[in-house]
Amino acid sequence: MEAVFSACVGLLTACGIYLLLRGRTFPVVVGLTLLSYAVNLFLFSSGGLTLDGGTVLGATDIYADPLPQALVLTAIVIGFAMTAFAVILAMRARADLGNDHVDGRVPSKQQASSTSTESRSGEKR
Amino acid sequence: MTHLTIMPHLTILPVLVPLIGGALLMLPPLVGHPQRQRLTGIACSLILLAVSINLIQATSNGQMLLYAVGDWQPPFGILLVADRLSTMMILLTSLLGLGSLLYACAGTDEQGALFHPLFQFQLMGINGAFLTGDIFNLFVFFEVLLIASYALLMHGGGKPRTRAGLHYVVLNLAASAVFLTSLGILYGTLGTLNMADLAVKVQQLPESEAPLVAVGAMLMLFVFGLKAAILPLHFWLPQAYSAASAPVAALFAIMTKVGIYAILRVYTLIFGDDAGTLSHLIAPWLWPTALLTLSFAAIGLFTSPNLRRMVAWLVLMSVGSILAVVSFHRPEATGAALYYLLHTTLVTGGLFLLMDMISQQRYKASDRIVGARPVAQPALLGGLFFLGSIAVIGMPPLSGFVGKALLLKSAHHVNEMIWYWPALLGSSLLAIIALSRAGSSIFWRVSGAPSEKRTHPLEVMATLVLLASSPLMTIFGGTISEFTHATAVQLYDTHHYIEAVLSVEAAP
Repeated sequence: MEAVFSACVGLLTACGIYLLLRGRTFPVVVGLTLLSYAVNLFLFSSGGLTLDGGTVLGATDIYADPLPQALVLTAIVIGFAMTAFAVILAMRARADLGNDHVDGRVPSKQQASSTSTESRSGEKR
Repeated sequence: MTHLTIMPHLTILPVLVPLIGGALLMLPPLVGHPQRQRLTGIACSLILLAVSINLIQATSNGQMLLYAVGDWQPPFGILLVADRLSTMMILLTSLLGLGSLLYACAGTDEQGALFHPLFQFQLMGINGAFLTGDIFNLFVFFEVLLIASYALLMHGGGKPRTRAGLHYVVLNLAASAVFLTSLGILYGTLGTLNMADLAVKVQQLPESEAPLVAVGAMLMLFVFGLKAAILPLHFWLPQAYSAASAPVAALFAIMTKVGIYAILRVYTLIFGDDAGTLSHLIAPWLWPTALLTLSFAAIGLFTSPNLRRMVAWLVLMSVGSILAVVSFHRPEATGAALYYLLHTTLVTGGLFLLMDMISQQRYKASDRIVGARPVAQPALLGGLFFLGSIAVIGMPPLSGFVGKALLLKSAHHVNEMIWYWPALLGSSLLAIIALSRAGSSIFWRVSGAPSEKRTHPLEVMATLVLLASSPLMTIFGGTISEFTHATAVQLYDTHHYIEAVLSVEAAP
């Protein structure tokens, strides 16, 4: 179970970081989401992975560590709010700057292919 | 403990006052009435100032105030710890907050919605980060101050702010993920999150687990380094600080210091002298990066095209000078760094406000360093510019001089001096050239009729409140430097901290 779990966390982190390094805001936001999933899973496992552990005192002999669950809940709430904020900010940037590139302008290499359509749709706003 | 019985809830008030104030500011009797909002906001800031003065008096004899939230005893519950360092930082925050808020009340607050509540929540997050004795709670307060700062940075809108805001938000979200990862590693290996308990557990750590904890500690340095903006992680700062509206930028002058505070706290208490193989983990990283930050910021300052960006680089320069001295890991050196920290936060905050007043009076030329129409109040603005520049460069007689002299004195060994002295003195020289060039372009290379836009008296007052700290810090230099020295000594006396926290009994 540990191997599968850690492989999942690793894969999510790798995908998250790859997307985070992209130039457009949408992949960046998706990357942040994946990264926060990976982190939440990782945090959840920090108390050790317990099978069939009880949550109520007296129910069983083995208990799951309750603290990581509380930490993950906090992290999920914060991460969710932050992602929502990042989405709104990305849309605002698209409206203000006329394109969805993280730097607010499309690098010159791509300009030939994409600027013409984008700047036109940006001006319409 | 006697103090606890008299004013048992004093310790949590720096968090509660802005929280309640911010919530009140969003309710119907206040929302939509700018005058009422301003009065309430200023009242909250004054109460916060009174509370922090009270706190600093209560802790000035070396006593620690402990507050177990919800009466959950450490190491299990969340604990707030007010010692000299925390209360000093809180007093600094409330002073800076008051100055920035006064400035905002002259009109900046009406450029966007919800300025006043956000401002209070920002103060709450900063104060909470200074007070908490629990490392996960530190994460939570970091997030509180970040959420508020995201919105405050965008206050007023406009293209540069959106662009800077996007970078700032994405970088900080990524840093939050890294922070959580390092917390997970620390909890997984050490089994606790209370800072004092972590310090005890690190000492008992088996040799085989040490590398994993070291990874956690280094990841945390990355997060604090991003907050403090040390060199490879500084790229967001000049853009964000120069794009933000003036009172927000002035308040943000404390944000890099939150990172410095966290580095000081975590790497003296948890990974300090007693941590075995893990002690002095960060010194080999902090020392070169801090020196590079200092030198790089001086070059950035020298090449800035406008005044706000200059002040942003000045903030970065102060971060470099402070952290290099912090990396010596000696109480005397840290005491000097803390004196300089107090000085630089208030002065750079005041400079952000001053640059905004100058740019308002120059119409289209704004704060670009070019010749243009003269400002309407050259004597007032020029005088303040002169005062602020002397203070920030570190020329006698103002507090920058005292601060930099203390910093230079704190380098004892030859290989410390050989790197630190040239970096600090060289960057000061570049700062003199850059600031005198900027000042002469703006106040002397003028043509045409003076502009007519005069500055609101409240704005002048707010700037004076912050810049006047510099002469005051010179006059009371002896008292303040003794206090910062005592603060540093208490910070390095980790046995006392651990004993006080882990033996806490019936707290309210």
